[in-house]
Amino acid sequence: MSMNNEREVILSVKHVDVTFGDNKKKPFKAVKDANFDIYRGETFALVGESGSGKTTLGRAIIRINSCSAGEIIFDGERISGKISRQQDRSVIRNIQMIFQDPAASLNERATIEYCVSEGLYNFHLYKNEQDRIAKVDKALEDVGLLPEHKSRYPHEFSGGQRQRVGIARAMIMEPKFIIADEPISALDVSIRAQVLNLMNKLKKEKNLTYLFIAHDLSVVRFIADRIAVIHLGRIVEIAESEVLFKYPVHPYTVSLLSAVPMPDPIIEKQREPIVYTKEEDDPNAAPREMREIRPGHFVYANDEDMKIYLDRLEKMEAFHGE
Amino acid sequence: MADKNIILSVKDVEVKFRVREHYLTAIRNVSLDLYEGETFAIVGESGSGKSVFTKTFTGMLESNGAITNGSILFHDTDLATLKSDKEWEGIRGAKISTVFQDPMTSLNPIKTIGSQIVEVIEKHQGISKAEAKKQAISMMTRVGIPDAESRFDEYPFQYSGGMRQRIVIAIALSCHPEILICDEPTTALDVTIQAQIIKLIRDLQKELGFTTVYITHDLGVVAKVADRVGVMYGGQIIEYGTVEEIFYDPKHPYTWALLSSLPQLGIKGEDLYYITGTPPSLFNKIIGDSFAPRNAKAMKIDFAKEPPFFKITDTHYAKTWLLDPRAPKLEKPEAIKDLHEKISKMTGKGGAFYVDE
Repeated sequence: MSMNNEREVILSVKHVDVTFGDNKKKPFKAVKDANFDIYRGETFALVGESGSGKTTLGRAIIRINSCSAGEIIFDGERISGKISRQQDRSVIRNIQMIFQDPAASLNERATIEYCVSEGLYNFHLYKNEQDRIAKVDKALEDVGLLPEHKSRYPHEFSGGQRQRVGIARAMIMEPKFIIADEPISALDVSIRAQVLNLMNKLKKEKNLTYLFIAHDLSVVRFIADRIAVIHLGRIVEIAESEVLFKYPVHPYTVSLLSAVPMPDPIIEKQREPIVYTKEEDDPNAAPREMREIRPGHFVYANDEDMKIYLDRLEKMEAFHGE
Repeated sequence: MADKNIILSVKDVEVKFRVREHYLTAIRNVSLDLYEGETFAIVGESGSGKSVFTKTFTGMLESNGAITNGSILFHDTDLATLKSDKEWEGIRGAKISTVFQDPMTSLNPIKTIGSQIVEVIEKHQGISKAEAKKQAISMMTRVGIPDAESRFDEYPFQYSGGMRQRIVIAIALSCHPEILICDEPTTALDVTIQAQIIKLIRDLQKELGFTTVYITHDLGVVAKVADRVGVMYGGQIIEYGTVEEIFYDPKHPYTWALLSSLPQLGIKGEDLYYITGTPPSLFNKIIGDSFAPRNAKAMKIDFAKEPPFFKITDTHYAKTWLLDPRAPKLEKPEAIKDLHEKISKMTGKGGAFYVDE
């Protein structure tokens, strides 16, 4: 897969900052200068530790957090800052979210039928009762649940099934773009695979685009086409997922990869985690920006870093015989 | 492993819980020997009984549960017969202690960090407050709390998640236990913090020589920490062996399934393998192999008769009829063949991602 211009950009995040706290007191920048495009039909993963700003950025896209700088373009239209009510509603319809904890994100006092219909009610997206029920049935079927599950309550389901309800709830709106915020972190190992398969299946069938927010790099490698690594509010590296795993350049990415345990005792017993000490704190360093080190592979660096990174990259390429 | 001393010997333990007039059998006749100084990892899905099993070592079963059969021999004491808190004194928290998953819930939010460590030392060692404080500070330093003396009087909320888990470890180790049970100690933590905590436990184990029981559902963590592994399913250990045997030469279909469903082994564009169905209900009597209903290749006998443990090597045993000489020869699934080669390729040189030497 190449990063050619032929691919159509569906979402463009342009130099976005998200700041918390008012400016007079001590403002806190949770997201700093995020700048990337997401192409139609791809799965773009945003990976970072807790507090890195990955969820905040996701929430900025869906207009829950406002941007303090920059703008976000969706399908050719600006959706950040002040927009019309009509546009706001279209954003909500076209961009849907899947949350981490399916137990917490469903109303436990409502039936599955209501949980899944909620978006339809809010937007009057059904002709009559019959039509609404047909839509709910279809959404449940898409995620592998049965029509008879409609009358049940969330607590009557297993974790994996509840997450399916969460997905059905998003899908019924027929969105173009889905933000999945740690959708499998709360699930059991054996169920994770099911939910990932389901997400991939729906993506193909409905031509969806995903922003997949996660902390677990090992999962992301399987599901994502491209990965952005975010650290303390700053995206430090973006690359195709295979490239990021084989040729990580930024020291934070290297450190993060070194910390992910692989299911292989021979490897794990000889591997030591590499600790990342933040180099950005050096006040004398030249300013850094996102630079393209190989086509489609971006890293946050200045001239000096670039030399080191290129050297490392060449060594890695030599090792892999390229 | 004949040259190693057994520190804890579990024989045929059964645990039942009473739930609304029904009995649920959470642990079904599990036997296990733990060797001195080793790290034994127990893996399984939620509900497989891994936490319940280890709670019997410290008498921490919920009040509606009880050990209904078997023995747990620790030195000369049968832990299965201990009832009152008084009988447990001197063992729970002193000789056998536990680190739980969520450090926020295992620490008291309204007491200072220091007082919570001192409390444990005072109770178990019967020494003066001043002496206990000294020990507490030295323990805090040992688990990597910088500037321990000044952080002694802080509260849990002033600590980060990783720091809090370090404190929980300090408390668990403050009485120099012989066995440390780690129940998903890093599940609530970030990967980089997880790596630090795992390393800390390993370093302390080398230094202090305790035996570790690791409970986790993360096979990556198992590969990193374990000497030996037991795989739990439906309230039983269904396969155990050295960590290499379990990862590279697994024999039980459930172990195959568990390894195959790892997202790390997924091939892009193809579906990930997943286990169909749900784990068995422990309210009902389980007949035959508990995994049979979810195993597409189950044989007739799997539904009729519970398999015994078959010996593969001196250290490796699996509870599956597939190892019976009369069973058809079944190979492990394609996805987990050549596991080491596959993962090496994925991760680059020597298994580590390339770094400057």
